[in-house]
Amino acid sequence: MEKIIEVKDLELSFHTFAGEVKAIRGVNFEVFKGETLAIVGESGSGKSVTTKAIMRLLPESSTEFKNGQILFDGKDLLKTSDKDMQKVRGKEISMIFQDPMTSLNPTMPIGKQIMEPLLKHQKLSKEEARRKSIELLSLVGMPQPEQRMKQYPHQFSGGQRQRIVIAVALACNPKLLIADEPTTALDVTIQAQILELMKDLQKKIETSIIFITHDLGVVANVADRVAVMYGGQIVEFGTVDEIFYNPQHPYTWGLLSSMPSLDTTEEKLYAIPGSPPDLLDPPKGDAFALRSEYAMKIDMEEKPPLFKVSDTHYAATWLLHPDAPKVDPPAAIVERMKKFPGSRYYEGSAGGGR
Amino acid sequence: MAKYIIKRVAYMFISLFLIASFTFVLMKLLPGSPLASAEKLSVEQREVIYEKYGLNDPIPVQYVRYMGNLAKGDFGVSFQFKKADVTTLIVSKLKYSMILGAQALVFGTIVGIVLGMIAALKQNTIWDYGSTVIAILGVSIPSFVFAVMLQYVFAVHWEFFDVGLWNSWKSSVLPSIALAMGPIAIAARFIRTEMIEVLSSDYIMLAKAKGASWLEIAFKHAFRNALIPLITVLGPVAAGLLTGSLVVEQIFAIPGIGEQFVKSINSNDFAVIMGTTMFFSVFLIVIILIVDILYGIIDPRIRLSGGGK
Repeated sequence: MEKIIEVKDLELSFHTFAGEVKAIRGVNFEVFKGETLAIVGESGSGKSVTTKAIMRLLPESSTEFKNGQILFDGKDLLKTSDKDMQKVRGKEISMIFQDPMTSLNPTMPIGKQIMEPLLKHQKLSKEEARRKSIELLSLVGMPQPEQRMKQYPHQFSGGQRQRIVIAVALACNPKLLIADEPTTALDVTIQAQILELMKDLQKKIETSIIFITHDLGVVANVADRVAVMYGGQIVEFGTVDEIFYNPQHPYTWGLLSSMPSLDTTEEKLYAIPGSPPDLLDPPKGDAFALRSEYAMKIDMEEKPPLFKVSDTHYAATWLLHPDAPKVDPPAAIVERMKKFPGSRYYEGSAGGGR
Repeated sequence: MAKYIIKRVAYMFISLFLIASFTFVLMKLLPGSPLASAEKLSVEQREVIYEKYGLNDPIPVQYVRYMGNLAKGDFGVSFQFKKADVTTLIVSKLKYSMILGAQALVFGTIVGIVLGMIAALKQNTIWDYGSTVIAILGVSIPSFVFAVMLQYVFAVHWEFFDVGLWNSWKSSVLPSIALAMGPIAIAARFIRTEMIEVLSSDYIMLAKAKGASWLEIAFKHAFRNALIPLITVLGPVAAGLLTGSLVVEQIFAIPGIGEQFVKSINSNDFAVIMGTTMFFSVFLIVIILIVDILYGIIDPRIRLSGGGK
């Protein structure tokens, strides 16, 4: 499969008054053509920072890229000039943000905001751009697109605004769409509509998507592959089935256990104890060790490498080391793993298949 | 929109009525006589003059007469100047003050906005600090100090301009600059703060993500949003400037309204005082109305409707 973008050994820090925050500490992933990669993790795990690094939207004065490459179309985006970056943004890679209530300019008619990338990147005439914008608006399911072109953002609901933001993002048929928690600020019914819309449009224009979220329900709905981030690193990645039914990292176990489920008998929802690591002074070994009941001595001392689980599935935990003791994941996770061919708890067709 | 403006104009007349009544009462409470040298006149002469101007009538009668004339647009006559009716007097003086004020306002706002934009876009650099220093000087040093300094440097020392003479447009340059220091400082501070806030907002990030250049972001997206609070503060500043500055007019010997107003107060010339007060009030109210209308134009979220929502 054709690689659209490849992030290699990305390492970056923010310089703050408190000191150097090592926000991203060696991140590797790639996105293939037409697929959706979901990046999940809690607040502060570095999901948004990673994607903003791709777009080079981080504040230049305080951000230091320490290492790594972001390869897109054969060039390293970290070494691209500002001017050339402007030609990538909105044209090759575009982005949808979390809060549709604040991501549109309140003093500009929405038509003008959709036309902007068209005029800038595709060199269309004003009339052509206007026609294309109306097309885009109806594509994202906006009723009466022609009349609504002249209206301002405050005249639209949250869901409609996110549709407009999506129209802006898709205006130039980008190769890669980065969606930074696009449904977090919306209520559940609208969330479902927006997710459906994004899946639909992805098929139509064959774009790849990086989907950032902390909502595993959303991940199951949209993603082909999943990367789990913790403390500025990817701790596990694999296909959506592998992550959901054969998770290996204790943090992924925690995430899945803290997901509400309809058929659970437990009364209390599980929560991962403790708080995210302080990236001003990141822990030496496995960043999750201090919060993990499965931590071993080596977790405190040495950072685990990525162990291969299958060709598409890797996890950074010492538990996968051949010498590690065999521990059982939480019961709910074992239940999930029973349904996954290839996991050590697989019960064959008795588990009801998958 | 039209309904809204009509409603506002109606309110304006109510305000003006109240202001006129209040000022009238205050004037009548003041001791003293509008006659320039009352003590030199004999009692009979004084009586004749008082009778002529109706000053012997009971105050309520005077009030009704005055308000009646006011409704007809007649501000009465000055006691101070011979045969001068107040309207002509004020209009002839206000002209100079308004030219100065308008120049100072336009110049000051533009320079202030430019300084503020530079400071915001080059935050925490030498540009930012320089603009901040100018703004602080502008706020803290009174305009008459600037007036004297400007006059000394450019008129006395280098002789580019005349000293204390009002004859052509050239004479308005220095006083306009002196008056502009206030608006420069205000505009620079407001625009800087607002621009910095606006530039960190989500829609600026989205504009960047669309591939907009630095200039497009600053001017197409950020500027208009940063302008909204500035308009609020500039309204009263504009009213203050356009209605003249006493001290700066004195220093540059400008025959403006500020100077006139003080003279009238000193000589208890109540027709002129009342007239000037009314002019200033109309000005302030009209400017506030203009500011409110401008809001609606700049910020589509503020819709002007008569419904009073």
